[in-house]
Amino acid sequence: MTASLSKGINSFKEVIDAPIASFFSSCVHCGLCAEACLFYTTTGDPKYTPIHKLEPLRRVWQQEYTLLGKLGKMLGLSKPVTDAELAEWEPLVYDSCTMCARCAMVCPVGNDMTYMIRKMREGMAASGHAPAGLVGASTRSVEIGSPMGVRLPAVKAQMKHVQADTGIEIPLDVMGAEYMVLMSSMEIINFPEYLGAVAKIMKQAGKSWTLCSEAFEATNSGIQIGASDIARVLVQRIVDGAEKLKVKTVISPECGHAFTALRWEGPNLIGRPYTFEVLHILEVLDGFRSAGLLKTTGFEEARLTFHDPCQLVRRGGVLEQPRNLLKLVAKNYVESADHGKMNWCCGGGGGVSAIEEAEPLRLQAFKIKKTQLEETGAKTLVTACANCRIVLEEGLEHYHMNIPVVGLTEMIAAHLTQEKEAR
Amino acid sequence: MTHLDLLTFARGSALNWALMVFVAGVVLRLFEIFSLGRKPDFAKPRSNSPGSGWRTMFTRSLPAQGMMKHHAVSYISGYVFHAGLFLAIFFLAAHIAFFRSMTGLSWPNLPTPLVDASVVAAMVALGVLLAHRLNSPVKRLLSGFGDYLAWAVTLLPLLTGYMAYHHLLFEYTLMLALHLFSVELLLVVLPFTKLFHTFSLFISRWYNGDIFGRKGVAS
Amino acid sequence: MKKTPHPEVIPGTVGEGLLQRGVTRREFLKFCTAMTAMLALPPAMAEVMAAAISKARRQSVIWLSFQECTGCTESITRSHSPTLENLIFDLISLDYHHTLQAASGEAAEQARMQAMKDNDGKYLLIVDGSIPLGNPGFSCIAGISNHDMLVETAKGAAAIVAVGTCAAFGGIPKADPNPTGAVAVSDIVKDKPIINVPGCPPIPVVMTGVLAYFLTFGSIPELDSLGRPKSFYGDTIHDRCYRRPFYDQGKFAQSFDDEAARNGWCLFKLGCKGPVTYNACATTKWNDGTSFPIQSGHGCIGCSEPNFWDAGSFYKALSMPVSMTPSMLGAAAAVGAAAGVAITWHNRSTKAAAKAAHEKVTVQELTREEK
Repeated sequence: MTASLSKGINSFKEVIDAPIASFFSSCVHCGLCAEACLFYTTTGDPKYTPIHKLEPLRRVWQQEYTLLGKLGKMLGLSKPVTDAELAEWEPLVYDSCTMCARCAMVCPVGNDMTYMIRKMREGMAASGHAPAGLVGASTRSVEIGSPMGVRLPAVKAQMKHVQADTGIEIPLDVMGAEYMVLMSSMEIINFPEYLGAVAKIMKQAGKSWTLCSEAFEATNSGIQIGASDIARVLVQRIVDGAEKLKVKTVISPECGHAFTALRWEGPNLIGRPYTFEVLHILEVLDGFRSAGLLKTTGFEEARLTFHDPCQLVRRGGVLEQPRNLLKLVAKNYVESADHGKMNWCCGGGGGVSAIEEAEPLRLQAFKIKKTQLEETGAKTLVTACANCRIVLEEGLEHYHMNIPVVGLTEMIAAHLTQEKEAR
Repeated sequence: MTHLDLLTFARGSALNWALMVFVAGVVLRLFEIFSLGRKPDFAKPRSNSPGSGWRTMFTRSLPAQGMMKHHAVSYISGYVFHAGLFLAIFFLAAHIAFFRSMTGLSWPNLPTPLVDASVVAAMVALGVLLAHRLNSPVKRLLSGFGDYLAWAVTLLPLLTGYMAYHHLLFEYTLMLALHLFSVELLLVVLPFTKLFHTFSLFISRWYNGDIFGRKGVAS
Repeated sequence: MKKTPHPEVIPGTVGEGLLQRGVTRREFLKFCTAMTAMLALPPAMAEVMAAAISKARRQSVIWLSFQECTGCTESITRSHSPTLENLIFDLISLDYHHTLQAASGEAAEQARMQAMKDNDGKYLLIVDGSIPLGNPGFSCIAGISNHDMLVETAKGAAAIVAVGTCAAFGGIPKADPNPTGAVAVSDIVKDKPIINVPGCPPIPVVMTGVLAYFLTFGSIPELDSLGRPKSFYGDTIHDRCYRRPFYDQGKFAQSFDDEAARNGWCLFKLGCKGPVTYNACATTKWNDGTSFPIQSGHGCIGCSEPNFWDAGSFYKALSMPVSMTPSMLGAAAAVGAAAGVAITWHNRSTKAAAKAAHEKVTVQELTREEK
């Protein structure tokens, strides 16, 4: 069995629902979504207009699910969706859409283009029009356990390092722990500070927590490539791990799409509500803060700003928590223009950072982030998504900007009162 | 056939059929949309969300943060057009008489010169929007026959109404008949083109608000 | 006032008749001045008209009445104020008219035949009433069907004046369902100039004005596309209505006895057809310039327009549907819903089929064979 056009079209037919029908019915072709898209605004190329990226899906809707479209199809008047067309659309549906949903916030008739791109990718994947980078990541996720090919021994090695650094033992597979902590591959490989930070914070708060040897990876390539069948396999691992360990809460790490996958898509992928709660690490930290379990000392002096990860903020609802936490440790915190739910994407979300061919475009799109940052005059950039973080670092390096990018959890951990006293 | 006969036909059978196609078409299109259903969402929605479908249904009438400044042409001409059209449809005394005869409901009318001015403003705005559609690369790419058809059938009732009122081109009876025919064309075309957004935008806005609202975001 | 004698009174002319009846030149000139104004002619034409009519022989007129109500005749006979309008009967020789002539039976028909013979090619034919084509027996005079009498009499006429909406456009007899198959004069006579003077009834002065024009110039006045003299039917009632400013301001009476109606606001919403009715009521008015329907508080019913009887209720505003009922919309909604149910079934089966045809996507199947 291989991917084929008919499988793709079949997928389109499967995913089109009432919201999509209402979105296509309502579109008046005003083009305002283009103005919200970082790829259009930085290139000026009209093909990056969000609603245009959905044209093949629109035609399937029109031909299969509307009276006039059905008649047109019967009379042979309609233009069928072809393989060549889907191939042409691949860079539009994947390379130039980070699923940031900024367009969904501005559309006057309320169309959620990201909702549709997510669904359209089902058909793109089923018809074999997904980019090689995402196919590779998905394959590694399913076959190895992580999109970057990280296996359990690597996690264990990092646990040891952190134990040595902090003197705190990292719990693994602890039954009945309150929290089960997940990580993204990016954190395991590039940002080991995260695990240490979590360990310190948990210790100060006096909470029981654990890693899970069968489900340490939070990311979900299935969501990015748009194959629910694959996403389901990956989410199931976490659900199984959490239910086996009987934890109360699973903590999604500093990763945007992992949060979307686990928090919002997961229950629908497995077809039932969870028996546990899912929180983003910032939600947990802000909960600790308001419960008085997070005591910090000292402030960051540098002028700093926060990059809102799209999946966490605009599409995740974690909006106030990062601000509350930043106020604890930062004196000179400034908001950028268009912050919060109108923030501009880093350019690497929605799997784009895993698509090699998309890199030049992604770097071009970074210009908008660059301008936004420059306007704040910030010397440090804080964020709460490892993918944003690596994409931001690459972008800043490309444009020769010397601004460090820091994870918020680490920054909080660095100011824990307990830690200062211990020294 | 004299002009009065034409007008009587326009007010009679033609109007009846146009209204019936319109009503049947709108109902059909609503079925078309809702028939596709929506899967239940098993993800626990956030409590105390600032957003909801109902909220977005209304708030989306305002420009999103930061958009007005950069895209004033689309926004301002869009508002002027919609406001002008709305005033003309619902606040010209003659039109209120139409609605009263259909529904029994009546409300105060605006002074005719005010409605006249709003019609002119709406037509100017439509002109600007067309020019923008033809000149903006994004809009040009998105536009097809349906967009220009929708533009034309929307302009015609405004234009013929204006011309009838001001006794331009043809004598009043004929112009009034043409005005009615243009309205009937609009009624027949509306359910089956993008003009259906008149109805469906409330549905799409609701879904948008609901999708984001469940996640704790006011969209 | 001293009576000035008419100059150059030629025996057998209108001028002689006027003199005999004691009509002064001043009075006659006043009449002609009024007529020229009415016909929208230059003021200097009053003298010309006076001279022309004075010298003219009394015009032979045959008046045929078909399917009619005698309202038109009533109207013209009540035009005795101003008194000079009565003069019109001195200007013409009304050789045949059912209601007004003294003769009856054979003698009456004889008078018509005589007039036709004596004035062949010169007499003026006035018709009121529509002509039934459904069955000649529907309306006959002296055993002659309306159709045959019209055709016979029209043959030698110089021109025809179709007086009243029935003769001009078919009028009420022609209204749906038109049981007699009524038609207008112009539907039958094609080879004679026809002047339509519609109205139910027409304004008296409009009828006399048309006659005066014919006597003065020996031709018919300029007509519009419906054969009506432009000078009387050039504007709509609405355009000349004294209540027009209220329309322009959007001030309307909502019912016949509300405050707005008492204030004389526009009657559009109460069904006034003034905007689509071409006639002179708003300027000449009726009964010696006393009033006209709108001034008396009732909307114009559009009686001088073709098919006015079938143009929707007199009490429905022009912007209201003629025959729409809520049940039609209900039926349309039901049809839409039925079609909607059908398309729902079709859409659901399409989607169910797609679901059934779903093949699980695995990582091995993300690429295409040929790729």
